[in-house]
Amino acid sequence: MTDSLIVHHTPEPHPDTGRPDPHQDYFSMRFIGFWVYLMTDCILFTTLFITYAVLHTNTFGGPSGKDLFELKLAFGETMALLFSSVTCGLAVLAAVHQRLRASLVWLGVTITLGLSFLTMELWEFHHFYSMGHSWRESAFLSSFFTLVGTHGLHITFGLTWAGVMVGQLLYHGLTVDTFRRLVLFSLFWHFLDLIWIFIFTFVYLMGVI
Amino acid sequence: MSEEISLNEEKKLWHGTYLSYGIGFFVSLIFTSISFLLVAFQVFPPEVLIYTVASFALFQAVVQLIFFLHLGQEGKPHWETFIFFFMLLILLIIAVGSLWVMNDLNERMMPKHMTTTHHD
Repeated sequence: MTDSLIVHHTPEPHPDTGRPDPHQDYFSMRFIGFWVYLMTDCILFTTLFITYAVLHTNTFGGPSGKDLFELKLAFGETMALLFSSVTCGLAVLAAVHQRLRASLVWLGVTITLGLSFLTMELWEFHHFYSMGHSWRESAFLSSFFTLVGTHGLHITFGLTWAGVMVGQLLYHGLTVDTFRRLVLFSLFWHFLDLIWIFIFTFVYLMGVI
Repeated sequence: MSEEISLNEEKKLWHGTYLSYGIGFFVSLIFTSISFLLVAFQVFPPEVLIYTVASFALFQAVVQLIFFLHLGQEGKPHWETFIFFFMLLILLIIAVGSLWVMNDLNERMMPKHMTTTHHD
């Protein structure tokens, strides 16, 4: 009666585990692993954003965002990161079309733009610090330096990764591994650009409003 | 030889095109510039400006997720999209919950109407 519901499964008596499973899709497996990391990173940034949102009015007599932020500098940082995000995508596209040289050039442009972003950010931090407004002054500045500093740290790691990618592409050429690493790097870089849009809007623009 | 084949197969799993990057780039460029100019010249009253700029940021985020991070374009069991929406749920719980609790706390510690204190 219920015979049709029973699945007759006969496992292989001696499965060959030494051979890789042809049905296993390594690319999407590693892709998902990295994607999960990005999503947890997103939660990390959420907590920092909320900390900033709760504390940004607590200036303890010190300067507020309106006194400190320079909108033009923040806009310049945004543009640098947006352009580097696109050039990084173009590097992967060049790799897809098997043009190693173009891919390397675009990666170089990405690194240059990322470095200019980091320079602007560090200059801003130094500027605040030299005016005597360090992270010790108020809860507002502590949360500001934590949020923007964490993003800057991610950018630093991303730039290191990009540098290593250039070395690997020069040394190994375009292989399965280097292509996958390039794609994962582009994901990481686009993700950082996405986070920066929120920093630009919710920290800088709203701080000035 | 076998490596060459699998490299080509890997390339098929990646969804970027010049068109998708172009769209993502120009939409982000336009919306970032508009929100910068709106704030720089204080076009609207602050209240309106905050909502405009925030909605522009959210729109840009969606555009970048689709055109740069290729959300929802992967193979059939949409694992990445599923993980993303689960993350979004957790994110909203953390964000809304924290803001609610902290605002409530601020309201109780430093009531806006100091003259009319209520005791229940």
